[in-house]
Amino acid sequence: MRLLIAAFSGLVFAYGLVRSGMVEPQRVIGFLDITGHWDPSLALVMMGAVLAGLVIMPLVKRMPRPMWEAKWYLPMKRHIDIHLVLGSAVFGIGWGIVGICPGPALVNIAQLDSKNFAFIGAMLVGMVAYRTAAPFLDRFMKR
Amino acid sequence: MDENPVVSSLLAHPIINHSFVGGVLIGTAALILLSGIGRIAGVSGIVGGLLKRQPRHEFDWRLAFLFGLIGGGFLIRQVYPYTQPPFFFMPITYYVIAGFLVGFGTQWGSGCTSGHGVCGLSRLSVRSLVAVITFMTTAMLTVYFFHRSGGAE
Repeated sequence: MRLLIAAFSGLVFAYGLVRSGMVEPQRVIGFLDITGHWDPSLALVMMGAVLAGLVIMPLVKRMPRPMWEAKWYLPMKRHIDIHLVLGSAVFGIGWGIVGICPGPALVNIAQLDSKNFAFIGAMLVGMVAYRTAAPFLDRFMKR
Repeated sequence: MDENPVVSSLLAHPIINHSFVGGVLIGTAALILLSGIGRIAGVSGIVGGLLKRQPRHEFDWRLAFLFGLIGGGFLIRQVYPYTQPPFFFMPITYYVIAGFLVGFGTQWGSGCTSGHGVCGLSRLSVRSLVAVITFMTTAMLTVYFFHRSGGAE
């Protein structure tokens, strides 16, 4: 059942990304282009998603545990540090260059476009590269 | 129910019917994953978790989610023609560089648009708010230098 739930969530997620236009790089760039011909419609996507979350979240928080799992698996980190900010900044640069973030890249596999595959391949390499670099970054950033 | 022409034409407007409804669907998907199996639907975190040694219990649901996400792409493509060429309009080198930055950055900053933007903000996480403000800012600056359409002077 847990796997069915996970797959169903992925399916709904994919449909939301397609329907909202988040999978279209040009729309994303148009949304980020605030000094040019700004297309604000994607702001509604984030609003819709967060609104759905805010309305239902209090109910979820009242559940003693998830429906098909023994416990919650939630992020433990609480403090805001240099890693959060620098990492997010680097991600934003990549996102801005081509207008693709991880979710849409995976949904767009269905386009069977070599450029999208290049993006995903490089993304996986970047993830592994971070894992290799993490101890050094940690030491370097320590005050 | 009475059909109010203003309301129904507003609801049919793409900004509601596509952007907003699409967003609600994304939020709903995240809630299904959270309430169902207690996990955060952050795509970069889900993919990143597959790249390290994990117990099976941490592995299987990630694969299932990605199966739904990627399979969903193929499925939706059959019924929902959304490709407006040119879809990937930059030279391929840019996709390689951007992909690397996205992979590296999301792991370093522990999240992307879905994890921080959708799940984090819904959970009222201050960390995620800082992350979202940061990546929106650098993304907008990047677009300013790479893609500025020059509408406003």
